[in-house]
Amino acid sequence: MNRSLRPLLATATIFVLAYILAVAQFPGMLSTRVLGNFLTDNAFLGIAAVGMTFVILSGGIDLSVGAVIGFTTVLIAALVMWVGLHPLAAFGIALIVAAAFGAAMGAAIHYLQVPSFIVTLAGMFLARGAASVLSPDSIGIKHEFYTAISKSYILLPGGGRLTVIGMIMLAVFAVGILLAHRTRFGSNVYALGGSESSAALMGVPVARTTVLIYMLSSTLAGLAGVVFSLYTSAGYSLSALGVELDAIAAVVIGGTLLTGGYGLVAGTFIGVMLQGLVQTYIVFDGTLSSWWTKIVIGGLLFMFILLQRLVFTATPRRRKLAWKT
Amino acid sequence: MTRPTVELRPAHEPPGHRHRPWAEALLRPQFLALAAVLLVNWLLFPGFFTITWQDGRLFGSLIDVLNRGAPVAILAIGMTAVIATKGVDLSVGAVMAIAGAVAASMVVAGWPAGLAVLAALAVGLVCGLWNGVLVTVLQIQPIIATLVLMVAGRGLAQLVTEGSIVTFSDPLLIFIGTGSVLGLPTPVVIALSLMLCATLLVRRTALGLLIEAVGVNRSAARFAGIRASALLLLVYAFAGLCAAIAGLIVTGDIRGADANNAGLWLELDAILAVVIGGTSLLGGRFSIPMSVVGAMIIQAMNTGILISGFSPEFNLVVKSGVIIVILVLQSPMAASILQKRRIKGGRA
Repeated sequence: MNRSLRPLLATATIFVLAYILAVAQFPGMLSTRVLGNFLTDNAFLGIAAVGMTFVILSGGIDLSVGAVIGFTTVLIAALVMWVGLHPLAAFGIALIVAAAFGAAMGAAIHYLQVPSFIVTLAGMFLARGAASVLSPDSIGIKHEFYTAISKSYILLPGGGRLTVIGMIMLAVFAVGILLAHRTRFGSNVYALGGSESSAALMGVPVARTTVLIYMLSSTLAGLAGVVFSLYTSAGYSLSALGVELDAIAAVVIGGTLLTGGYGLVAGTFIGVMLQGLVQTYIVFDGTLSSWWTKIVIGGLLFMFILLQRLVFTATPRRRKLAWKT
Repeated sequence: MTRPTVELRPAHEPPGHRHRPWAEALLRPQFLALAAVLLVNWLLFPGFFTITWQDGRLFGSLIDVLNRGAPVAILAIGMTAVIATKGVDLSVGAVMAIAGAVAASMVVAGWPAGLAVLAALAVGLVCGLWNGVLVTVLQIQPIIATLVLMVAGRGLAQLVTEGSIVTFSDPLLIFIGTGSVLGLPTPVVIALSLMLCATLLVRRTALGLLIEAVGVNRSAARFAGIRASALLLLVYAFAGLCAAIAGLIVTGDIRGADANNAGLWLELDAILAVVIGGTSLLGGRFSIPMSVVGAMIIQAMNTGILISGFSPEFNLVVKSGVIIVILVLQSPMAASILQKRRIKGGRA
């Protein structure tokens, strides 16, 4: 079996086992209602995590995701409530701004040859700061388009609701999977994560791919901001604080190798669902406090990093070198 | 287009900063930047440099900058050592919260304050060792290894405080946060003495050289007989200890342990301070006093923005601007442009 699939398989197994255990304790969790809420409540995280998967596959990291989500919600709220634009126009503008932002970060990473985490750290400060300068207070959005969106959903058998934002997330995952495995850009991302110098020697356009990767990540973070804005009907500069950490955790738990080159977008989906399961379980239990979410996710993160180490240590020496950089 | 992984120092430039005349040191860009920021603050607020003596301690905006900047300076001292080994510690903010939570909870539970402080420091040390074990024994990249504790740490701190803000009125903890020694605020005294001890330790012994060797090339350092793993463990443990000290100061300052907000995003400020101080993110070149100067620059900017009436959030925009300028200046591209100019100038 393909070695790189093992962490994914482990994640899937853990998810199924955990879900069975949870259902054994609370039979109510086995319903399309809960599943529908899974998708709705984690939509923004899932969308951001798809972008993060591409970044991590290429061997980088994007710390600006949460800040971009926060900035997008404020920008949309300001455009809709203050300027009076239609939400769809506001979404378009927000996505273009996010894409330009990501492209600038990608260009900085490539041309200034700085580690991605420090560039995206600057990006995080900039996006959060810009959002606060735009409006330090939360702006509520009242628009018939928002109410219409929140009222439209597909009724699943069993009373579950597949909301518009849940569908957006599923669509983003589908497109992400196609992009990663069926396009030249996807292959370039994997090549870049394997070894940048080898990729360059093979003729991969390193500069263009790097810019595109961070552009994709920020655009998806912008889309996550759109979804977050629909989800909460408000724009707030401090919303989605720390989502970048959840997204990174989802990607790692989903079996993507942190040094880049190995991993699947589909794995990230399971990673997001596993985080959702932990949260839902804690809500169902009622006696556990919310901070257990952080501890459990930290524990899972540690476990999967350890697992990756074990799986990839039992391989030829060549592989081992990648870890020692 | 490969990115260089190792930055070699030119042979004519000696390692460290030995025998450097003071005048030359004071002309470094960091000191000029600090002077510029302070000057702007003075223009905005003419009483900025006024320092008064009141109730047996010094008061004034300048003292305030030192006092408010102390936690980040202390974090930056530990972070400098970590970054010098080509690592990074993202968990220091969470460790601050844990240490504060432990100290406050123990004091409230009736333990003696001295023991609570020691326990908090021990917890910081353990957190640092945990990071060190992940980096050395399990060979995980530092940014990911410390991410685990960054994610889980705040949860652990909340577990200790049981989700509430634990307030206390213990004199020792409050003294650490807000007291004064010889007229100077305690945090400033702690930060200064820590800086002196750490600097003497790394520059008057071979320790600094060994850390730099590990940062430049870990395998080569190991082959040269340096116990790289032990050194890395030591460095991460030191960063954890520094974080615990900073956590105690922040907790003592607000007289309560706030697991959610204590040290939030301070790891990023600490990294920024280290980068401003000129320590290379690629490892192998570091200066602890310059990182402290970096922390002071950040705090002077903070104070300046506050007294000029802008909203505190505006700070983030300014900070990101500073990072961008530094990155552009430090980039190989800027270096090559400068070099080309020099060559052209030489020929003409």
